[in-house]
Amino acid sequence: MRLLPSIVAVYLLVSCQPEERVSFNAAVRPIFNTHCVGCHGGVKQSGELGLIFRKDAMAAIVPGSAARSELIKRVRHTNPEVRMPYERAPLSEADIRTLERWIDQGAEWEEHWAYRAPTVVAAHAAVPAGGNRIDAYIADGLAPHSLTLAPVAPPPVLLRRLAFDLTGLPPTPEEVAAFVADPSEAAYAAAVDRYLDSPRYGEHRAATWLDLARYADSRGYERDRPRTIWPYRDWVIRAFNADMPFDSFTVLQLAGDLLEAPTRDQLIATAFHRNTPSNEEGGTDNEEYRVVSVLDRVNTTWEVWQGTTMACVQCHSHPYDPIEHEAYYQSYAYFNNTADHDHVWERPAVSIPTQALQSRVDSVRQWVEAHGEPEEIVQWQRYLQTREPVLRPYHFEEVIGGVFTDRGDEDFMVLQDGHSFALPSMSLDQVTALHISAGARDATTLEVHLDTPDGPLVGTAALRQNWGSVTVIPLTPTTGKHRLHLRVAGKTGGPLLNVYSVYPQPRLPGATTAGYDEIAMGLVDVVTSTDSVSVPILSENPPELSRTTYLFERGNWLVHGAEVRGGVPEILPDIAPDGDRLTLAHWLVSPKNPLTARVTVNRIWAELFGRGIVSTLEDFGSQGAAPSHPELLDWLAVYFGTELDWSVKRLIRTIVLSRTYRQSSQASPTLRELDPYNTLLARGPSARLTAEQLRDQMLAVSGLLSDKLYGPGVMPPQPEGLWDHIPYSDMRWETSTGEDRYRRAVYTYLRRSVLYPGMTTFDGSAREVCLSQRIPTNTPLQALATLNDPAFVEGMRKLAEDVTEQTADPATAIDMLHRRLLQRPVREGDREALLALYEDALAEYDGKREEALFLVVNVLFNLDEFLTKS
Amino acid sequence: MTPLQEAHYRQAELNSRRHFLRKCTLGLGGIALGSLLGCTERSAATHVESYTPPPLAARARRVIYLHMAGAPSQLETFDYKPDLQKLHGQDCPPSLLRGKRFAFIQGTPKMLGPQTDFARYGQSGAYVSDLFPHQARLVDDMAFLRAVHTEEFNHAPAQLLMHTGSPRLGRPAMGSWVTYGLGSGNENLPGFIVLSSGGREPSAGKKLWSSGFLPSIEQGVQCRTEGDPILYLSDPEGMPRSLRGRSIAAINELNQRQYNEVGDPETLTRIRQYEMAFKMQVSVPEVMDISKEPAYVHAMYGTEPGRNSFANNCLLARRLAEADVRFIQLYDWGWDMHGTSRDTGLAEGLRDKCREIDRPIAALLADLKQRGLLEDTLVVWGGEFGRTPMQENRGGTTNPFLGRDHHGDAFTMWMAGGGIRGGASYGVTDAIGYQGVDERTHVHDIQATILYQLGLDHERLTYPFQGRNFRLTDVAGEVIRPIVA
Repeated sequence: MRLLPSIVAVYLLVSCQPEERVSFNAAVRPIFNTHCVGCHGGVKQSGELGLIFRKDAMAAIVPGSAARSELIKRVRHTNPEVRMPYERAPLSEADIRTLERWIDQGAEWEEHWAYRAPTVVAAHAAVPAGGNRIDAYIADGLAPHSLTLAPVAPPPVLLRRLAFDLTGLPPTPEEVAAFVADPSEAAYAAAVDRYLDSPRYGEHRAATWLDLARYADSRGYERDRPRTIWPYRDWVIRAFNADMPFDSFTVLQLAGDLLEAPTRDQLIATAFHRNTPSNEEGGTDNEEYRVVSVLDRVNTTWEVWQGTTMACVQCHSHPYDPIEHEAYYQSYAYFNNTADHDHVWERPAVSIPTQALQSRVDSVRQWVEAHGEPEEIVQWQRYLQTREPVLRPYHFEEVIGGVFTDRGDEDFMVLQDGHSFALPSMSLDQVTALHISAGARDATTLEVHLDTPDGPLVGTAALRQNWGSVTVIPLTPTTGKHRLHLRVAGKTGGPLLNVYSVYPQPRLPGATTAGYDEIAMGLVDVVTSTDSVSVPILSENPPELSRTTYLFERGNWLVHGAEVRGGVPEILPDIAPDGDRLTLAHWLVSPKNPLTARVTVNRIWAELFGRGIVSTLEDFGSQGAAPSHPELLDWLAVYFGTELDWSVKRLIRTIVLSRTYRQSSQASPTLRELDPYNTLLARGPSARLTAEQLRDQMLAVSGLLSDKLYGPGVMPPQPEGLWDHIPYSDMRWETSTGEDRYRRAVYTYLRRSVLYPGMTTFDGSAREVCLSQRIPTNTPLQALATLNDPAFVEGMRKLAEDVTEQTADPATAIDMLHRRLLQRPVREGDREALLALYEDALAEYDGKREEALFLVVNVLFNLDEFLTKS
Repeated sequence: MTPLQEAHYRQAELNSRRHFLRKCTLGLGGIALGSLLGCTERSAATHVESYTPPPLAARARRVIYLHMAGAPSQLETFDYKPDLQKLHGQDCPPSLLRGKRFAFIQGTPKMLGPQTDFARYGQSGAYVSDLFPHQARLVDDMAFLRAVHTEEFNHAPAQLLMHTGSPRLGRPAMGSWVTYGLGSGNENLPGFIVLSSGGREPSAGKKLWSSGFLPSIEQGVQCRTEGDPILYLSDPEGMPRSLRGRSIAAINELNQRQYNEVGDPETLTRIRQYEMAFKMQVSVPEVMDISKEPAYVHAMYGTEPGRNSFANNCLLARRLAEADVRFIQLYDWGWDMHGTSRDTGLAEGLRDKCREIDRPIAALLADLKQRGLLEDTLVVWGGEFGRTPMQENRGGTTNPFLGRDHHGDAFTMWMAGGGIRGGASYGVTDAIGYQGVDERTHVHDIQATILYQLGLDHERLTYPFQGRNFRLTDVAGEVIRPIVA
């Protein structure tokens, strides 16, 4: 449980000498937040008094004179009609005294700690032998309670904890044996390095990040169609394994598309913000759900990097923190200009061509690089990678007859015989062809006319019936600025063509060079081929297509307020003006940002210790928890951002090498009572394994685990019929075969509407919104799953079979199993109990040893110790 | 359990309840508790099996919520609008279309008169159409809300709003809020059970019974009619029941020894969960088996054991209510009458769907009443929105059958039992049933009222997530006092 601000206040009050200064942050703000800001905060300013910003509060405060301050008069008033808090119990005498002293001392306003840059303060305690600086800070917290660090955990326990924390898997029996034989500091450090170097490390770290990124393999809402975005998941795994510095990791995901000539990987990284759900139910408004996605991107960015609850500011100023309503839309402006539009085609996307196609893409790219001007090269690279920027139906002009259906699963212009539309007027000097993305309901002729629908014919194409493909229409060379009209001809009496987009293709450079024709032909193959995996990405609209951002009155997207430009809350350091998403990304990881490093080290800490130094990982604002070890948090943040160069691996290494991390988690009842949530860290961490770890452990100990990395989501066995009955969806769960049946949980296909049951049961995220912390539970449905889930049972049977082959002696078998599953010999008493169970089962199963041993395995798989990392 | 264990367990339970009550009483503007590491050392949610007396006087102990997914027409069922008949076939006046957003209507649609006949019933004289002859006899037990409104006009978002208080994904379901607030109240069964019929799940799918950001223990459990009624309820193939009992005893024995050595209270909670799991393995199949119900009951509901039907689910709802399950949620798919096919035509499809539900609903109410359960069981009926008084004309064309588009501005719901004033009618719509003109109620008001009947204050039942105290009714909602007895 977090420390209640009022308790902090009382504590500080008691410990303060009368002459000591009253701290606004530690003593005064908690009183305001608890008793006042409900009516005098960011949402309401009753009596036109607000207590969030200094300038507002001074209306009721006379610095230096509590006696003359209206605030004090009101809280002391004897008439309950006038006394504040209105219609509530009066403030305690202690609280009122605090306010008075603070005002008499000059009413100095302080910023909330999290908005000030972290500073390094040395710990009082010395660094203990075999430990590091972390331990000194922890010792400072233990000293007032006369506590010291617990002994180091026994080698098998420690190695199991380390292996799960670094790789998400249990240690192998060989690793355990080696560490038990040599549990030296050097051997431990070597184990740390080995685990950090393992590819399993990235797979494990990805799981937490994917909760923040709300990664899923489907789109959400009614139809919940598939989304091909697994290359983003793989990018995350690779980035962690390569120990990409966290600042680069940040910039690429938020704004990789805005880098100069971004690589394909840099584009894939931006899929971070294309993980937003999209709604394709018939009759839904695409613009409405685009807005929903942008809102989510704002909220997620602020939660992930700033631990700031920006979502509170969508409808009104922040109720507790000094963030004004407008600041929300300043952030919104940064995210409001990407080309995605809740389109059923999930554009824009980056193409990952098949190997065969890739070589043709490469030849076009190399040709352009060899013969094009620098600007052309950039343009062509972008088009070859993303097929952007294109003109979409909302850009079409002078539409005759065509209907733009911008709803749910439709985002095209429907045209019948004789209908036409025009492209915005453009110079045709360099345009040599049009790439039309369209679906033809019947054979259709598409004609391109100059200036009017009946003007000179400059291009034509015959389309066969298809659901959607790209057609290249070469244009007669034309100069000057013109409007191109596209006219449809074909069978009369009904819709013929659905047009998704048009790309005016610029001249391919090098026309006079030998080999040009071949490349030009190759280009047509490249753009019309469907031989690519398309991954949704962020792609900024060009200036002429950019959107204007308005404040939404009371958060309602249909009610526009004033126009707003990109910016950040005033309470935080300045950001370069007139910037874009890239500016924001750089600002987040700039040395002057007080939050990013703190929030990030706190997440890692929480993962390792089960609880953050700030226990509210998602909220570093004044309503969040106060840090249990503020100096440690600041030192870690500064160290991470400077000396460690944002290296996550080195940060984790530092933490797990501390004595604090290596402590035994056993504790006396007295200590448990004194510190039930292990805030002080006088013992080691202990936690039930996560949904992913439980599955991975089962696969690992039974020998089924595949170590294959990457690729599309896989479908391990799940109960029949779970995907049936979803409206307008024919997706099927096709149980994977071969090694794909036994992949790590991070690769399990994640469909938002029907999660893999193991994920739901064991507190996994449905990945609809950003999730900072899963809430661990302990339920009977979990017991049923580990007892009976056929996927688990398969692993248990395999193990029973293996051990039955190795020994005929039940006592030996039980001991082998116990060591393999729990990394230690079986306890006296437990052995007898398991043997008795085996004998009973043997009788029941007519002497079938393997069946009887299966029951023993089933029991071991359900032991608290097996389900827990301690 | 040994007395020591029992004491530990009670302590854990008490902690979690104390924890809840603190959250509950502080509410918005109080102190957000943030991380919920509040009950036992490691896990947030110790299962609280006993019913926790709520902060307010409870009028109902449980809810049976009947949701007609797809949204039935109010104009053919409960909202009698003879004047609409006079406009039948005329072009819709532009004033009705200005500023409105529709799912499918484009251009100028035609007005569409009611397609059913109405009569008045009971002492209350409530109008009911000829589609509901059985329910018509029970109108004096029902309270009608005739001017319910919602902002959402697409199925999935509107269903999410109705059941989670927000049209977006990610919020907890009403049933999750209720079990979170009251405890499951059950040793043998989950506290929030979902049954679906009609061949498909509702548009918003399993998200409608998700626990969102609440601990996953508050998740609604869907009881299926095929396979295990609850996932993983069956023992591994070939394992005799006696060995299951024997193995759980062994697990708990070893866990007990682990606890004695390490002293982690979480281990004790786990022992308890295994005992409960074993009980559920017995009680769930029992309660889900309707084959042993007497013939007159089957005749009353129109049930056939082994089928998946709304009628079967109504009978199951009664059985679950008898077993004191806290929140019983039924979804019936197939109410989206656009007129694009026979099954979605007002004259054909709607009549069939109404026939499927009329007798079972009447039987459920009568059965609950005769067993003395209606008093403390709140029954709620409705869809996610209503339908337009205009005929749908998607893509500017005429649909082959008579149908209506989605419409959120006015529709009818009813409640019965659980402290609701039978025979009440609240809400008035205009002459064509297009807009509520008086006594309008919003979706959040419905939710506030359901919680109120259960003894929960919708403004105080909050949970901190992403730095904010969330509640079912978002920042709105008022209890609909006129229908409370």
